[in-house]
Amino acid sequence: MSQPRAPDGARAVPPAQIGTRDPVGSCLVSTRTAQAARQGHGGDVVCAVRDLTKTYPAVRGRRGAPGTPEVRATDGVRIDIRRGEIFGLLGPNGAGKSTLVRQLTGLMRPDRGSVDILGHDIVRHPERAARILAYLGQESTALDELTVSLAAETTGRLRGLDVRSARAERDTVLEELGLAALASRPLRKLSGGQRRLACFAAALVGERPLLVLDEPTAGMDPIARRAVWGAVDRRRAENGTTVLLVTHNVIEAETVLDRVAVMDQGRVIACDTPSGLKEQVAGEVRLELVWRERAPLDVPEVAALRDRAVESGRRWALRLAPEEARAAVAAVTGGAAFAALDDFTLATPSLEDVYLALGGSAGNVRGLVKA
Amino acid sequence: MSVVPAEVLPGRALPVEDAVAEQAAELGPRARLWPALCAVYRAQLSRARVARIPLLFVATFQSIGIMVLMRGVVDGGGEARAVVAGSSVLVVAFVALNLLAQYFGQLRASGGLDHYATLPVPPAAVVLGAAGAYASFTVPGTVVTAVFGCVLFGLPMAHLWILAAVIPLAGAALAGLGAALGLLAPRPELATLLGQLGMSAALLLGVLPADRLPTVVQYARDLLPSTYGVEAFGLTFEAHPDWGVVVLDLAVCAGVGVVSLAIATWAYRRAAVR
Ligand SMILES: Nc1ncnc2c1ncn2[C@@H]1O[C@H](COP(=O)(O)OP(=O)(O)O)[C@@H](O)[C@H]1O
Ligand SMILES: [Mg+2]
Repeated sequence: MSQPRAPDGARAVPPAQIGTRDPVGSCLVSTRTAQAARQGHGGDVVCAVRDLTKTYPAVRGRRGAPGTPEVRATDGVRIDIRRGEIFGLLGPNGAGKSTLVRQLTGLMRPDRGSVDILGHDIVRHPERAARILAYLGQESTALDELTVSLAAETTGRLRGLDVRSARAERDTVLEELGLAALASRPLRKLSGGQRRLACFAAALVGERPLLVLDEPTAGMDPIARRAVWGAVDRRRAENGTTVLLVTHNVIEAETVLDRVAVMDQGRVIACDTPSGLKEQVAGEVRLELVWRERAPLDVPEVAALRDRAVESGRRWALRLAPEEARAAVAAVTGGAAFAALDDFTLATPSLEDVYLALGGSAGNVRGLVKA
Repeated sequence: MSVVPAEVLPGRALPVEDAVAEQAAELGPRARLWPALCAVYRAQLSRARVARIPLLFVATFQSIGIMVLMRGVVDGGGEARAVVAGSSVLVVAFVALNLLAQYFGQLRASGGLDHYATLPVPPAAVVLGAAGAYASFTVPGTVVTAVFGCVLFGLPMAHLWILAAVIPLAGAALAGLGAALGLLAPRPELATLLGQLGMSAALLLGVLPADRLPTVVQYARDLLPSTYGVEAFGLTFEAHPDWGVVVLDLAVCAGVGVVSLAIATWAYRRAAVR
């Protein structure tokens, strides 16, 4: 006997309308408010990824230049992205974030696994991705020699808008992002952050239910960042837009993401809300020591701390229980070690500490930035 | 009587998948060929203002320089006609073949094709839009070169209107070739090299009078699409041009154009999804 999995009534609501029933009004809401409101209409999955695996083949070295071994850039990745959430992929450079999103956007064929976006099988029909999502890649070369205004308008037209709506949406988006004054400047002549913002503008012309953004705020100043997150929040509140965001910026991940998948060497090593992840290292304290020249390893207390420190140059990062941290601070601020100490900070742990606690490859942690 | 619950049967997976397919969200609109082509064409044309103008001058100066040099060598008549026609079509080869091969080679290497590949735009629109724009870039240089050549060698300008057919048709053939080279070359340096070689071939085989070349080279000349544009244009300088042959030559250009643009579109599709 085959029963439908859900009563028909539950299915009858077209996905596009769910956003408009969102209890949150059309005003600008903060990320957190939207998150709370969203619990109301269940967590239907917009993008389901199963066992996604991709290996780049080895490259043979030619004439002296060393070759590269094969790299399993995504390794059995499984994620579910729910409607209306800002879902993040966090990980150091080379973790496989871009490779993962390229497979979700139909740009790259996985070796194995499935990608389902809003009911469409993207592995079998990669060309459908372009009609469901808007993608902001890491490169802007296709738009570099266009003016900001023409880049946005052309992208809208290629997303299927007619001339009038492409121009109208272009004007709205440029105004919204504070780019109107730069509209007639070619992208190539803008600063890195401005150019990134212009590419983001192009990604927004021709509304899509899913935005896939690969490091959208790289190189942006705080004002531009705020414009980006404001625009994302508005679309989410008004249309229930879902966002998949790639970042290696810890602070950004903590402040804008609803949920985050932490990636390391092609694998998702954890997936939860930022605060949920931080609970894993709750009860610990982060101690950062900066030495003047080098650590005084002849001091026994310092030598003992070394095993637990992540070293980057003169800087040591440690995760300690509160009483351990107190003892460590006492040891380095009093006695022989103090002369070698430049600075120290005590703080509650960040996602960077979570990444380390999860066993992320520590040598790589400098790929995560706190800017 | 079977007591196996339906959920355990292997076929059970199918109805669930169907149920998912039923709920599939409506897809956004697709960009149609013609509007998308126009949008790409317009965007590419605007790039000329930012990036291409210096090279357009180079193309023209190169051709004018060649004609000035050749004036000491050829003594009017058929050879002069060939030099003027060859130099004019060389501008088309420089821009449509060489520069377009470079452009697509770089776009592909830098990941710029991702932008188009994640938009619902027909591949032909991207290739034809870019090829059309590059062919348009050649118009001023080709016209200036042709007029200058006519003055220099004292050729009649009565039939220069034929350029209105020569530029788009030779442009289609050469731009298609350039786009295909740029998109198929495994590395951008190789795309640039192939584009340069194609242009050098057009220079040597198109400008130098054919009957002074060795037989083998004359065969190579017949294989190059620009040759037919040169021949068609050269014929129109005669007092009573053989229009049948002109049309035939231009038809060859058009045919090569269709084939090479089709190959370029296929190459784009291949390059866009890795
Ligand atoms: N085109 C490619 N060919 C070979 N290896 C690649 C290619 N692109 C990325 N890689 C490798 O795959 C891994 C994941 O890369 P990527 O997905 O770009 O990581 P991220 O975006 O997280 O920085 C890295 O080790 C990288 O060197
Ligand atoms: Mg990346």
